[in-house]
Amino acid sequence: MLDFSAMDHALRSSSRTAGLLPEAGRALLPAADRGATPVVLADRPDGTVLRLGGSVLKAHAPGTDRRALELRLRAAAGPQPVLLAPHRAEDTGRMLLEVDGMLVTAWPAGEPVDPQAPQRAPWEQAGALAARLHATPALPGLPPMGGPAKVAAALRRLSDLARATGGVPGADRVRVAAATLPPWARGVAPAPERGRGGLVHGDLHLGQLVRLPSAAADDPYAGWRLIDVDDLGVGDPAWDLARPAAWYAAGLLPLEPWQAFLGAYRAAGGRALPQDAGADPWTVLDVPARALVVQLAALGLVRAAREGRPPDEVEQLMVAACARIGGAGQDGR
Amino acid sequence: MYQCPKCHGTMRTYDRHGVHIEQCDNCRGVFLDYGELESLTQMEARWSQPVPPPAPMPPAPPAGYGHSTPAWGAPQHGGHHDYGHHGGHHGGHHSFARMLFSS
Repeated sequence: MLDFSAMDHALRSSSRTAGLLPEAGRALLPAADRGATPVVLADRPDGTVLRLGGSVLKAHAPGTDRRALELRLRAAAGPQPVLLAPHRAEDTGRMLLEVDGMLVTAWPAGEPVDPQAPQRAPWEQAGALAARLHATPALPGLPPMGGPAKVAAALRRLSDLARATGGVPGADRVRVAAATLPPWARGVAPAPERGRGGLVHGDLHLGQLVRLPSAAADDPYAGWRLIDVDDLGVGDPAWDLARPAAWYAAGLLPLEPWQAFLGAYRAAGGRALPQDAGADPWTVLDVPARALVVQLAALGLVRAAREGRPPDEVEQLMVAACARIGGAGQDGR
Repeated sequence: MYQCPKCHGTMRTYDRHGVHIEQCDNCRGVFLDYGELESLTQMEARWSQPVPPPAPMPPAPPAGYGHSTPAWGAPQHGGHHDYGHHGGHHGGHHSFARMLFSS
């Protein structure tokens, strides 16, 4: 029996989507979790996530391509030990429900990385998981990974804001840095075929790792799995290394975790990096890391403006990196 | 700026330990001038000489792997080793975590 009063309390401050989600996704949940009190984990325009007992329900962003999501779910459900596999409805075996135009999936709940303690984040496991993901063959028809489209969306939001407010301090530096990117990395042209063949996550960061309580003692990744298949696809595997690369190059992330991540990726045979151990990884990281700096700087300026404050120290680091990107490599010879 | 002879993408100039390299932004092909390959080969030989590993790290990567930074990297690298750097004050920790944990 559902506890309606507790549910009402939990959902009172949430969106209509969050209110509808427990009932909409009910058929996907294991019986034991159907009566659990929903807890809102995320409720944003790009997706709503509720926890119900040992499961989570996700309402994907409005406008999500259903066919593409189905292919991405099939990849997550496939034979690989890296991506968390979705729940299936016990009666029909389906992984995806569409209720009133809302696309709903269900997943086993895991323990996230503690945002208060990034020094204890599983950097080695993240690198090893990415390497294994990149070695997993992509099913035919899988769409391109969504990374460059996210850069395009972030730049669009920044220019919309600048247009609406008559200008955003720092936005010019982001635009100049964006102009150094090849069109594919800004999401305005198809990505080159180079490097394709395996799965690419497309939006890898520390919020995309969960630890399964049910993992075996000898689990090769200590129970950690990658979540969120919305940007999963084919493309340049270096994109999945680009966010930590961008954090490191911008001065946000210390050397040790960056080396732990990159070293574990390399040790696990990650195919994004040059095979020659002496080769500079930045020959493959540079373009996607610049793209991620642009994305993070744009979103940081939008967030600061929305919250009616000047950019904070972290947001300023990203804009400063944009300024250096805009100034570097332009001199020729 | 140069155009890539293979795919006609734009080539950017990078400085790799004193050697100028043109790399295509599109297909990532690399163009080397006379003598540059030799310089790189010499450097590679120096790199591959045994160096004590920097720190205990589970699946030992090649020595010093990941030490390099791009030309646009932050200038303050090389000294600090703590996360508190951008996290300790004025609510900065919240922003730091958001940068590391959200899309």
